[in-house]
Amino acid sequence: MVNPEQILNSNFQNSKFSYWILFVICVLVMGIFVIGCSTQKTESKATITIWHWMTDRQPAFLELARRYEAKTGVKVNFELYAPSDAYAQKVRAACQGNTLPDIFGILGEKRDFASFVKAGYILDLTPYMEEDSGLWKNSFFSEALSVNEFPEGNSYGVKPGIYAAPIDVMTIQMLYNKDLFRQLGLDPNRPPQTFGEFLEIGKKIKAAEIQGLVSGWGEMWMIDCLANNYAFNLMGKDKVLATIRGEVPYTDPDWIRVFRLFKEMQESGVLYNGIVTMINKTAEQLFANEKAVFAFNGSWCVNVYKGMNPNLNYGVMLPPKVSENFPMSIWGGAGSSFMVNAKSKNKEEAVKFLKWLTDKDQQAYLAEATNNLPANKESVREIPEVLSQFASAMRFATHPNVWGISEFSAVIEAFDKGIQSIIIGEKTPEQVAQEVQKIKERELAKRK
Amino acid sequence: MKVKSTLENYLFVLPAVIIFTIFYIIPFIWVFQLAFYDWDGIMPTKFFVGLGNFIEILQDKIWWRSIWQAGYITLIALTFQNALAFLLAWACDRQIRMKNFYRLIFFIPPVLSEVVVGLVWQWILDGNYGLLNHWLVSLGFPHLVRNWLSDPKTALTTVAIVHSWKGFGWGFLIFLAGLQTIPRELYEAARVDGANAWESFRRITLPLMIPVAVLVGILTILGTMQAFVLIIAMTGGGPAYHTQVPVLRILASMRGSSRFGYACAQGITFGIILVIVSFIQYRFSKRARQYQ
Repeated sequence: MVNPEQILNSNFQNSKFSYWILFVICVLVMGIFVIGCSTQKTESKATITIWHWMTDRQPAFLELARRYEAKTGVKVNFELYAPSDAYAQKVRAACQGNTLPDIFGILGEKRDFASFVKAGYILDLTPYMEEDSGLWKNSFFSEALSVNEFPEGNSYGVKPGIYAAPIDVMTIQMLYNKDLFRQLGLDPNRPPQTFGEFLEIGKKIKAAEIQGLVSGWGEMWMIDCLANNYAFNLMGKDKVLATIRGEVPYTDPDWIRVFRLFKEMQESGVLYNGIVTMINKTAEQLFANEKAVFAFNGSWCVNVYKGMNPNLNYGVMLPPKVSENFPMSIWGGAGSSFMVNAKSKNKEEAVKFLKWLTDKDQQAYLAEATNNLPANKESVREIPEVLSQFASAMRFATHPNVWGISEFSAVIEAFDKGIQSIIIGEKTPEQVAQEVQKIKERELAKRK
Repeated sequence: MKVKSTLENYLFVLPAVIIFTIFYIIPFIWVFQLAFYDWDGIMPTKFFVGLGNFIEILQDKIWWRSIWQAGYITLIALTFQNALAFLLAWACDRQIRMKNFYRLIFFIPPVLSEVVVGLVWQWILDGNYGLLNHWLVSLGFPHLVRNWLSDPKTALTTVAIVHSWKGFGWGFLIFLAGLQTIPRELYEAARVDGANAWESFRRITLPLMIPVAVLVGILTILGTMQAFVLIIAMTGGGPAYHTQVPVLRILASMRGSSRFGYACAQGITFGIILVIVSFIQYRFSKRARQYQ
C-alpha cells in the first residue's frame, strides 16, 4: 500500500532543493506581508491624495479633480471613506502610522483638532492666507474661517494661526412644512417668532393628531445644539462661556430654565413621539415625507430633501426665541474643511489645489452641484431660496469651535442624556441640572 | 536530520506566527499597556496614570449599569432565545413535512445584516407609524400601543427580544446538529421498554443534549454580552442610558471623549467579566453533567 507520507519524505524532504523552495516561499510570504504593511506608496509629485467622508459630494469632487488635472496636469485623487465614524477612526489610525494623505478633513471637537495641530500633522495655512494682502483669507466668510482658527492665547496651547480651508458653510436652524401649516390653519409665511407661539402650535399639532418636531436627538449633538441656542438667548454668550470655565454652575436658574424648555416642548405636543432615539437620517426622511411639521436640521438638508422629495414645500426659521434679553443664536460656520498634511512631500501643491478649490468658480460649482452653502463670499449667487434663507442667518451664527474653550465630554454627555431623561419624563429639570453640575465638579477636580 | 526536520517545521509555521503576533499578540499587549495611560489617540505623548483608569471604572455608575443591561439582554437570550432554538430544532429533527424549508427559514435572521435588521425593526416598532402598533389597534388592543423603543419601560426588553429573534438561528443549527447525533436505537429501545414521548425526551434527549446546551450557552453569553450593532441601529443606546451596553460605552470613551486609555481599561475589565462568567457557567455545567 502506498503511503503518501513516504512519497513526501523520499521526493521532497530529502531533496536539497526543498530547503530552497521553503526559503523562497517564506521570503515571498514575508515580502507580500511587508509590502502590505508598508507606508503609502510613493507617488509622483504631481499627484495629490485627499481623504474625505462626504458621500453626497464625491461626484462633484471628481469632476473638479478632472478639471484641475486638465488645467494644471496635477492629478487629484479624492478618496471617499464613509460612514463618518469610520472615516474619523481611519484618520486617527493614519496619523499614528504616518500614512495621512496630502489633504484630509477632521471630524471631532476643537480639542481633537488642536491635538492634531500640536502633534505636527497639520500645516499652518496662515502665511498662504496672508499672501497678496490676504486675498485668500478675505475670500471666505469670517464665520467659516474662525472655526479653523486658533487665536492668540487660545486655551488649547496651539500656536495662533489658521489651520484649514473651509469648503462650505452651514447653519443649523428650524424648518417648517408650509403645506402642513395650511392644514393646521396657520399662515405658511409667518412661522412662530416666540417660544409661546411655538408651544401654541404644538397644541394644534396634538389636536390634529399629526407629528411636530423631528431631529436627530438620539445622536445627542443636535440636542446639545438647540439647548445651547436657547442658553445664548436666555443668558448670553458670556454667561455660557463662564459656565464652561466653571464660574457659573449648571444649577443656575437660567440653566434650569433651558432644561425646562424641553419639558414644556414635550408637554405641549410639539415634539415627535419618539424623538429621543431618533437618528437624523430618520428625521430627514420623516420631514421629507411630510410626516412632521417642524425639523431642526443643518443647511446640508436642502440637498437631502431635494433627493427625497423634490416637491417638499418648506421654509426656514430661527428657533423661536424665549427671551428678549439676548439675541437668538444658532450654530453655524464652516461645514466641512480641509487640512494639509504638514509632513506631506506635496504640501505646496496641496495648498495650491486648496486655493483653486475654494476659488469662486469652483465654489459656485460645488454650491450648485451639492446644494451646500459656499465658503467663498463671492460665490453666494443664484442659490435656491431656501438655501439663501440659511445663508442669511449666518449673522446669528456661533459654534463651540470658535468659543476658545471646550466643555468636558463627560459633561456634554450628561447634559444631553439629561435632556433626553426630561423628555421621557424620567427626571425633572432640577435633577438634571444637579447631576450635570456634579459631573462638572468631578471633571474640574480631576484637572486640578 | 532531526534538527533539519524541526527547522523545516518552524519555517512552515513562521509566516503564520509572525502575522498572528503582529495582528493579535502585539495589539493585545498594547491594549494592556494603554489601559495604564491617559491618551487621546492623536498626540504622540501619553500620560501614565497607573491604576487610575481602573479606579475610575469602579466608580463609573453608567458603565456598571451597561453591564447589568447587557446581562439582562443575555438572560433573555439564554432563556427565551435558546428555548425557542431548542424547540424548533427538536421539531425539525422529527419526521415533519417541509423540514428543510423550515431549516432554511429559521436560519435567515442570523445571516441578515444587523444594521438592516435594526432599521427594519425600528420601522416595525415606531410609535407613530409602526406596523406593530397598527396591528395592535386592528386586533383590538389599542391600550397596548406605545413607543416601544423610546419608552424607558419597554426599550431594553424590546431590544432584547429583537436580538433573540436575530440570534436564535445559530442555536437552532447547533441544537439540530446535536439532536441528529443521538442514536435512534436509544429511542426505539425506550419505546420497547414502554417509555412515552415525554419520558424519552426527559431521559434520553435532555441528558445527551447537555454538552450541546453548554456550548450554545457559552456562545450566547459571549455573543450577547458583546452585542452593539443592532442596538446602535435601533436606539443608539437611548433613551437616556436605557439601552446602553458595555461595547457602546467603550466606543463612547474612545470616539466621543477621545479617551483611548480609559476605553482600553474598560475593554480589559469587560474581558475579565466575560471570562469569569464563562468559567462559572463551565463549572456549573460540568457539575450538571456529573450529576447526570
